[in-house]
Amino acid sequence: MAETAVKEKEPLFQFGKKERQLLTDPLNDNNPITVQVLGICSALAVTSLVYPSVVMAVAVTFVTAFSNLFTSMLRNYIPKQVRMIVQLVIIASLVTVVELLLKSFNYPIYKQLSVYIGLIITNCIVMGRLEAFAMANKPWRSFLDGIGNGLGYGAILIIVGIIREIFGKGSLFAGSPIEMKIIGPTADYFINTTDSAFFGWYANNNLMVLPAAAMFIIGILIWIQRSYNTKLVDVS
Amino acid sequence: MYTTRYVIGFIFILTASVAVGLTGLREATKNMAVKNEDIFNKRAILSAVEDYLPDGKKVKDLSDQEVAQIFDNMQQPVLNMQGEVLDGVQAEDIDMAKERKKPEAERRLPLYIYEHNGQKFYILSVRGNGLWDEIWGNIALKSDGNTIAGAAFDHKGETPGLGAEIKDNPTFHKQFEGKKIYEDGQYVSIKVRKGGAKNPEHEVDAISGATVTSDGVTEMLYRGINYYQPFLKEIRQSDSAQGLLMQ
Repeated sequence: MAETAVKEKEPLFQFGKKERQLLTDPLNDNNPITVQVLGICSALAVTSLVYPSVVMAVAVTFVTAFSNLFTSMLRNYIPKQVRMIVQLVIIASLVTVVELLLKSFNYPIYKQLSVYIGLIITNCIVMGRLEAFAMANKPWRSFLDGIGNGLGYGAILIIVGIIREIFGKGSLFAGSPIEMKIIGPTADYFINTTDSAFFGWYANNNLMVLPAAAMFIIGILIWIQRSYNTKLVDVS
Repeated sequence: MYTTRYVIGFIFILTASVAVGLTGLREATKNMAVKNEDIFNKRAILSAVEDYLPDGKKVKDLSDQEVAQIFDNMQQPVLNMQGEVLDGVQAEDIDMAKERKKPEAERRLPLYIYEHNGQKFYILSVRGNGLWDEIWGNIALKSDGNTIAGAAFDHKGETPGLGAEIKDNPTFHKQFEGKKIYEDGQYVSIKVRKGGAKNPEHEVDAISGATVTSDGVTEMLYRGINYYQPFLKEIRQSDSAQGLLMQ
């Protein structure tokens, strides 16, 4: 794996090939959801609409980035016997920060995401990155690694959210200021199924609203990814 | 290996600084959070009279100030179970979740009297059980104390696409408009019927696949509106008296 201890004698903030890889790797070759299959719980639960998925992606990116940064800064001082507890304290306080900020700046979305904001604490991606990367690397690289993994997680969330919302609700970004109504039975929708001769048969797919749909979609995404990225295929 | 002393010292300093930081942030954002929650709950109540808001607006089009203003201009009595108005409390201060834990006889009932173009609406709050957790709603009655002007429901954890449709599906709560809770002076409430409404005045269609939630709504309405009966009796009498005077 690319992230095992890197020897470095470089300036504090450098942005070369290695650093770029830290950001792009999790988007494809090392995606936390489709390759490492972590963070599935929230990926199933919050992706029925796009807007909460975007907020969740931003929240997780914030938590992975800053928990990586802080853990890496403290890595030489953290007693090994209690390192997991220390990591949890850092993660939990960052999640509380996210929760407080959402509560005061976007209350409806806070209500909608409800327990899943608090459950970022248990998201394996966050602690996985702390153990695998931040404990062995310098702060700047750890920070980039956190952002990369947050984005990799967020990208899948948003793709799943778009598919589920269009087919399950007939809308996009519902609940946000840029709500789009695409297909549905009233005149507000872009394609009005009651008038249209061609789309008269169309109805929203109720399966898409259920978490099970996300399971299928993520499975299909893994399949697609592996069919063009053959090095991910396990040949044993 | 680190000494026990170092470990304890490290953990102590870490948790202490985190605690101070978080408490500071919480205090700094407290007012905003409380205000947001307040407006959020008020919007939920107003969605029961969605068709009768000022300037024909929808609840989501109202700004936070407009919502607060509507509530400032509203009469908000709190009733006891005998239908008497309690002094010193406002309906918006009542927490329905807490009231529900009390014995029935001690519960307090919030009532919002909303006025629009000279028409009066009585908004009642009800609360009950769905399949997984609590469900609740606000029912707006017209000035006759009988006809439903609008209803809005919410839930804590019903299944998305099934039970959660009581909130998400606008066609479900639209059905309640124009239904009546009394028949010839007898209290019958509204029934959510599986397989389609039969009685056009007192029944609405259930959500397919969500029988338990639908039955929960029926039960919640029957019991919840029943609590308000002493009060409803009064307004029904004064309303019919007014009707006679007009003739």
